[in-house]
Amino acid sequence: MADKVNFELVSPERLLVSDAFDMVVIPGGDGEFGVLPDHAPLISTIRPGIIDVHEGSSIAHRIFVGGGFVEVLPDRCTVLAEDAVMVADIDRALVEEDLREAELTLRDAESDHDRRRAEGNIARLGAMLEAARAN
Amino acid sequence: MANLKALRIRINSVRSTRKITSAMKMVAAAKLRRAQESAEAARPYAERMARMMGSLASAFAGREDAPQLLAGNGKDQVHLLVVVTSDRGLCGSFNVGVVRAARVRIAELRDQGKEVKILCLGRKGRDMLRRDYGSMIVDTVLGLDKRLSYQMAADVGVKISELFEAGEFDVCSVVYNRFQSVMTQVVSWQSLIPAMADDDGAEAPDLGGAVYIFEPDEFEILDSLLPQNMGVQVYRSLLESQASEHAARMTAMDNASRNAGDMIDRLNTLYNRTRQAAITTEITEIVSGAEAL
Repeated sequence: MADKVNFELVSPERLLVSDAFDMVVIPGGDGEFGVLPDHAPLISTIRPGIIDVHEGSSIAHRIFVGGGFVEVLPDRCTVLAEDAVMVADIDRALVEEDLREAELTLRDAESDHDRRRAEGNIARLGAMLEAARAN
Repeated sequence: MANLKALRIRINSVRSTRKITSAMKMVAAAKLRRAQESAEAARPYAERMARMMGSLASAFAGREDAPQLLAGNGKDQVHLLVVVTSDRGLCGSFNVGVVRAARVRIAELRDQGKEVKILCLGRKGRDMLRRDYGSMIVDTVLGLDKRLSYQMAADVGVKISELFEAGEFDVCSVVYNRFQSVMTQVVSWQSLIPAMADDDGAEAPDLGGAVYIFEPDEFEILDSLLPQNMGVQVYRSLLESQASEHAARMTAMDNASRNAGDMIDRLNTLYNRTRQAAITTEITEIVSGAEAL
């Protein structure tokens, strides 16, 4: 069997990463998990957080995802992300501004639908900000 | 005999029309390239989403407790048709084709005694359907062709899901122009609810007897995957439709420019003949006048 994981990260707009790596750590809906080659088949949700892609003993990519799904097969790992940014590319000032805006939206939200959406947005932006700080 | 001044004005007006159509053609060509690129960039996601849906659907195969978005609610009394058109015209038979297909379908469904509701994405479809089926249009979404983003499509998906959950309809399908090549766009139907694994790449991978682990569990995954899938399907049809629109406009404007060119040629010939005839008449008059002296 292959000794690497074929990792693919796609967002609705484009294909971000497609390459073979040693290990991928994913923030699953039920907690973080690492994917090594020959992992059991798995489908999981993803909560907002950072995907760490390990190559050798170092981290090759740190990617922030705002939610999505992951499908793991013995030889590959496919992430369908709602939105994905390289952690290094996060613009903190911009995120902070968006977060303030989202909080305003939540305050003025009239329907349940708007409120839910604003809450989701805040959770996502908060996690994004945290990711940028941790970097 | 047409008079010379009128002809000159006419030639000029056709010339400026040709300028406009050929400019529109070039704009459409540039936009087409961009639309085609984004349609291609979106393809990997849609394909993998379809694969994952396939895996999940096979896990639910034959089970009674499958979510309604996946398996439908068991009825097909009320149909929702999502009609994807453009906001702007001057693109040949692009919108007419979609609307015609929708009309045929509406008539069919009505003959079977079903109820039909319409959701229009794009102004042209609404304008054309409003006259005959105004009362059936539940909603219209405009402005999708400017800077189309996934978020906009996802919002439409959410709207459809909400209508479904409110029991507004039982079955939902989309009609849109699928982009085949610059010359051909095919009007296509796709089923949204139930989310049947009917097309490309939806085959479940061979696990060699192993079973998927679902985290947290298959219901929760489906709960968030199905609306997401809806958004993706809508996004894909919008992208396809957009690429088709620009292609159709490009072809239409190319034809229009060529027609204008032909017309200018014809008018020019006519203009020159008329001018020559006038000169000949004048000379004849002078000559016969001189001879009479």
